Amino acid sequence: MPFIPHTEEDVREMLVAIGAPDIEALFDEIPANLRCGKLKQLPQAMSEMEVAGLMSVRANQDGQPVCFIGAGAYDHHIPAAVWQLASRGEFYTAYTPYQAEASQGTLQVLYEFQSMMAALTGMDVSNASLYDGATSLGEAVLMAVRANRKSKSRRILMPRSLHPAYRRVVQTMVESQGIELVELPFDPAGGHTDPATLAAFDGQDIAALVIPQPNYFGVLEEVDALTDWAHANKALAIAVVNPIALAVLSPPGEWGEQGADICCGEGQPLGAPLSSGGPYFGFMCCAQKLVRQMPGRIVGRTCDLDGKVGYTLTLQAREQHIRRSKATSNICTNQGLMATAATIHMALLGSEGLERVAAACYANTQSLVQKLTTIGGVEPLFNRPVFHEQALRLPISADGVLSQLSVMDVLGGLDLSRDYPELGDVILVCATEKRTETEMHDFQQKLQMILTC
Amino acid sequence: MLIYQQSRTGRRASAQAPLQKSDLSGIPEAFRRKQRADLPQVSEMQAVRHYTRLSQQNFSIDTQFYPLGSCTMKYNPRGCNTLAMLPNFLARHPEAPADHSQGFMACLYELQEMLKEVTGMQAVSLSPAAGAQGEFAGVAMIRAYHDARGDTARTEILVPDAAHGTNPASAVMCGYKVREIPSGPDGDVDVEELRKVVGPQTAGIMLTNPSTLGVFDRKIEAIAKLVHEAGGLLYYDGANLNAILGKVRPGDMGFDVIHVNLHKTFSTPHGGGGPGAGPVGVSKRLQPYLPVPMVAQDGDQFRWLTEGDCPESIGRLSTFAGNAGVLLRAYIYACMLGGEGMERVAEYSTLNANYMLKRLTDAGFDAAYPERRATHEFILTLQKQAKQLGVNTMDFAKRLLDYGFHAPTTYFPLLVPECLLIEPTETETREELDGFIEALCSIKQEAEENPEQVKGAPYNLPVKRLDDVRAARELDLAWKSDTD
Repeated sequence: MPFIPHTEEDVREMLVAIGAPDIEALFDEIPANLRCGKLKQLPQAMSEMEVAGLMSVRANQDGQPVCFIGAGAYDHHIPAAVWQLASRGEFYTAYTPYQAEASQGTLQVLYEFQSMMAALTGMDVSNASLYDGATSLGEAVLMAVRANRKSKSRRILMPRSLHPAYRRVVQTMVESQGIELVELPFDPAGGHTDPATLAAFDGQDIAALVIPQPNYFGVLEEVDALTDWAHANKALAIAVVNPIALAVLSPPGEWGEQGADICCGEGQPLGAPLSSGGPYFGFMCCAQKLVRQMPGRIVGRTCDLDGKVGYTLTLQAREQHIRRSKATSNICTNQGLMATAATIHMALLGSEGLERVAAACYANTQSLVQKLTTIGGVEPLFNRPVFHEQALRLPISADGVLSQLSVMDVLGGLDLSRDYPELGDVILVCATEKRTETEMHDFQQKLQMILTC
Repeated sequence: MLIYQQSRTGRRASAQAPLQKSDLSGIPEAFRRKQRADLPQVSEMQAVRHYTRLSQQNFSIDTQFYPLGSCTMKYNPRGCNTLAMLPNFLARHPEAPADHSQGFMACLYELQEMLKEVTGMQAVSLSPAAGAQGEFAGVAMIRAYHDARGDTARTEILVPDAAHGTNPASAVMCGYKVREIPSGPDGDVDVEELRKVVGPQTAGIMLTNPSTLGVFDRKIEAIAKLVHEAGGLLYYDGANLNAILGKVRPGDMGFDVIHVNLHKTFSTPHGGGGPGAGPVGVSKRLQPYLPVPMVAQDGDQFRWLTEGDCPESIGRLSTFAGNAGVLLRAYIYACMLGGEGMERVAEYSTLNANYMLKRLTDAGFDAAYPERRATHEFILTLQKQAKQLGVNTMDFAKRLLDYGFHAPTTYFPLLVPECLLIEPTETETREELDGFIEALCSIKQEAEENPEQVKGAPYNLPVKRLDDVRAARELDLAWKSDTD
C-alpha cells in the first residue's frame, strides 16, 4: 500500500484493541446513504517508476525555450546551495512554527528574512511572507485603508502602469469591502505616471497611492514626487517593488521627504524558479508605527527562561487563529519555504552580488534592445529610463511574431496588446543576467527573418 | 548566532553572482540607491553551515512524529518533490505560450478532474494559493451567486464555534457579518440553535466535516436542508478531507462549494508555513463564478480559461496560476495513490486515530467526546490534570517535545478546555503510535509525582520556554548591525 506501513497483523491487533470487527466499522457514524461507493473516474495507482516516466514525457513535451519574457516573473540564476538547503527535510516538512522551541530553525531563518527585507527596502519592519506579489498589494491596500485614520474615503489611486494582473487581483480582494480603485493614466511618451496628472486629485480624500518601481513596462517612475504628493494629500504611499531592482534603485524607505509607508512586491527574483508562476512569495514591509496593522506572520527575537536568545511568532493578536473575524487578514499558510530560499539566496549574494545581478540584467536588456532596434520598424515605445524590461513597437502583428518565434524555441517577449489594446503591436522584452550574447544575437536573427519575409 | 553576526566587510560568495563589475551609468543618479543594503557578507561555506545548522533546530515530519491536529502532517513522498522539480517544469515561464505548455497543462487538467471526482463537485479551479484563499474564493462565489440573483439582503455567514479561525476571517474579507453557531454536547452542530438563526439574511454556512472536534457531523443532511431551504449555500472547509477521502463526498452531503488543502490531504510539504494550495470545487450553480485561470481541454489540446472565457468569474487570485509547483506535487501523489489508495488514506488515518484514542482513554486520559468514534483525529481534554495537578495542556505539549515528539494542536478548538487535538495520519507505524502513547502516559505520571518537572519543560531543545510577552512588548523584528 503506497505510503501506508501497516502489516496485516498490525491491522488485526489494532482492531482488537479498538474493539471493532473491521476498518469499515470505524465509519459507522456516517449515514449510509451518503457513502459514495467506489469512485470509478479515479485512475489506477501508478508506481513511482511509472509516474516518473509520465512526468518526464510531460516535461519534455514543453521543452525549454530561451526566455525573453519577464512581466512579473524573472529567469535569474539561483545558486545551487539555495535549494539544496531549502529542500532539507527539516525545513521542507516542518509546519508553521507554532511550537517555538521545536522550530528555532525556521523561526531564526524568518527573522533573518525580515531583517534582510527591511534592509533591502529601507523600511523598519517586514512580515514573514504573503502568497505572491499581487496578493501582497491587495493586502497592502486593505492595510492602508485600516491604517489611514485621516481618510474616510476608501479610495485608492492605482496607476495603469502597474502590472495588469496585480490590478485584477486587488480588485478581486477588495471589491466587497467597498474600496474604490481609481485608475491613473500613464504618459504616452514616457510610459510613466506623470506626477502632474495627480493635480486632478489635489485636496481630495484619498486613502493611498500605489507606486510601482519599476512599473510593468520596466519604466522608472518619479517615486520621490509621487510619494511627496501622497503625503501632502494625507494619503499613504504604497510602494510595489522588484527586490533585485532595489539592489541599485532607491529603496522605498527613502522615497521623497518621509519615505513610503508600506512596501510590497513579488519575491520570486530572490531564489524562486519560474515554475509556471508559483510557488513564489509576496513580501510586505512597513513603517514601525503601522506594524500592528500588518497582515501575516511576524517573528520576533526574545529570550528563554535562562535569558538565552530565541525566536517566536509575535503580535499574534492580529491574526485569524486568535482574533477570528477581527483579524487583519485571513492568511494562515503563507510561503514560508520560499522565504527560506530567499534568505539563503540573499545571504549568498550579499548586497554586492545582488547589485551585480541587477547591473547585468540592466546591461543585457540594453544590449538586447540595441540589437533588436537595428531591425527596421522595431523601436522603443517609451523614452524614459528603464530597469530590465522594455516595450518595443513592431511593424506587424505582435501575436503572429511571437507565435513564430515560439515555434523556433524563443519566447520573444509578452504581447502587450492583450492588456493594453491602445498600444497596438507592442512587445515587452526582458533579458536577465542569464541570457547570453549568443542567445540575444539568435533572437535578433530570428526576429529579423520573420519581419523581412 | 545570526548570519549577520558572521558577516565581515569585504567577504563574498563571489562565484554566485555575475563576474562583470556593475556599470549603472545608464540609470540616472536620481533613481539610484545611495548606500548598499545591509545584507550579510559571508562565504558560501559559511552560509551552507549556518543554514544546515539552523535546519537541525527544527522538528519536521522527516525527523519526528508530528501529530498536529487538523494539519495532516503525513509523509511527503520524495518522488513528488523530485518529479515536480524536473528542469523543464522549473524553467517554464508562467506566460509561456500554449505550444510550450501542453505537458504542464495536462497535469493540471487531470488534477482538476480527479478533485472533481473525489469531492463530488461539478467543476474545480486550482488557483487558490492556500486554504484561506480557497475560503475567500468560496465565500466570494457565494456572494456573486446571490448578487447575480438580485438577492442582496443576505448579509450573514454562519460559522460553528469549532471552526478554524480562517473561516470567520475569510467571511469578513468578503464583506459579510459572522454569526457563530454552538456545537451540541455530542460535538455535532446544534441543529435547534441553527434553526433559530438561519433565515433570509443567511448567505451561507461554513462547515468542516468531520469537524475540528474530531467527529463526523451525523446531522449534515438536516443542516444542508435547513440552510438550503432558507436560500443559503453550504461551504465545505476541506481541512479534514483526509478522514473521508473516497468514503463520502462533500458534494453528496449537499455542499455547494469546497476547498481542498493539497498541503494536507494530498501530501505536499508544509515548508515551515507554506506554500500550500487550496483548490476550490463547486456545484453547478456556482460554476460560472469560479476563479480564473483554469485549464480546459479542446480535442487533444489544453488551453487556459481566463477572464474573457469566464465573464462572471469572481476574478483572479494571484498574478499567474497559483502555486503551480505544489499542484504538480499533489498530482504526482494522486497518481501514485490511484482511486483505491485514496480510500485507504481515509481508512488507515481513521484506524490510527481510533487506536490511539482507545489506548489513551484506557490509560486514564479523558476524551472530549467519549461516546463518539474518532475520525482521523480526536480530542483529549486535560482539564482534570490542570485542576488537580496544576499541569496544563501547554506543559504536556512542551514536555512531549523533550520526548522527541512534536506536540499535537493545543487549545484548539477553543470550546474544549485544556484540549489536545491529535491527528496521527495514515503514514505512521503502529510502533510510532505506541511510542507516543507511552510518552504521554509517562508525562502523566511525572505530572502526578513531580509536576514541576513537566511545568519547566522543555529541557532538551535549543531553547527553553520563550518569553512571548517580552517578544510582543519589546518588539525586535529586524537585526540592525549598528545596535547590537
